[in-house]
Amino acid sequence: MEGGPGVIKKFMYVNRKAPYGTIYALESLEVVLIAAAFDQDVSLAFIDDGVYQIAKGQRTKGIDVKNFSPTYRALEGYDIEKLYVAKESLEQRGLTEDDLLVDVQVVSAAEMADLMDQQDVILSF
Amino acid sequence: MTMLHIVNKSPFERNSFDTCLKNAKAGSAILLIEDGVYAAAKGTAVTEQLKKVMGNHAVYALWPDVEARGMQDRTIEGIKLIDYSGFVDLTAEHSNVQSWL
Repeated sequence: MEGGPGVIKKFMYVNRKAPYGTIYALESLEVVLIAAAFDQDVSLAFIDDGVYQIAKGQRTKGIDVKNFSPTYRALEGYDIEKLYVAKESLEQRGLTEDDLLVDVQVVSAAEMADLMDQQDVILSF
Repeated sequence: MTMLHIVNKSPFERNSFDTCLKNAKAGSAILLIEDGVYAAAKGTAVTEQLKKVMGNHAVYALWPDVEARGMQDRTIEGIKLIDYSGFVDLTAEHSNVQSWL
């Protein structure tokens, strides 16, 4: 039954902004948690400066802003385990998978394009 | 007295950093704050660009912003890390401030 109760759609959240300079990253995370509450098939993509959202070692006491980076580690508990990171974006920033605070799949631009193509809904942040 | 240039945008998202480097006179100081601190990290696509101008400019990065973004162990050697009172001192020590928003 299209659109009825119990329908599971594939949602992808595309994150392209650094965590604290704008509100996008935090807003994305909030909406991700909402989708998870509705038992949807959720995946997260981190592209461009979005990869900085999951950089290890964030300590925000000095800027008086909530450090929401530990929340990415809690996503697993909501059955959100599909985290995709753009390889090129990591490389451009001198980062490797070891510099990230969650387990991710590092993918090429072509692979990312395929993943996006498979979604029912894409939400951009 | 020289000018203080402030960059608060990521060098990967905006061209503020690039334009700042092109327009800063030798001897002027460059301060990286907020998302601008990503330019202070080693091994990135803009690291060489920054290293090249470090002979002509004192480069500073705001420590609380560096730490918030998890960049504390990756800053390029020679960049001076300052706190908020250091930020105030810099603005007082320079003749003028140019913010590359």
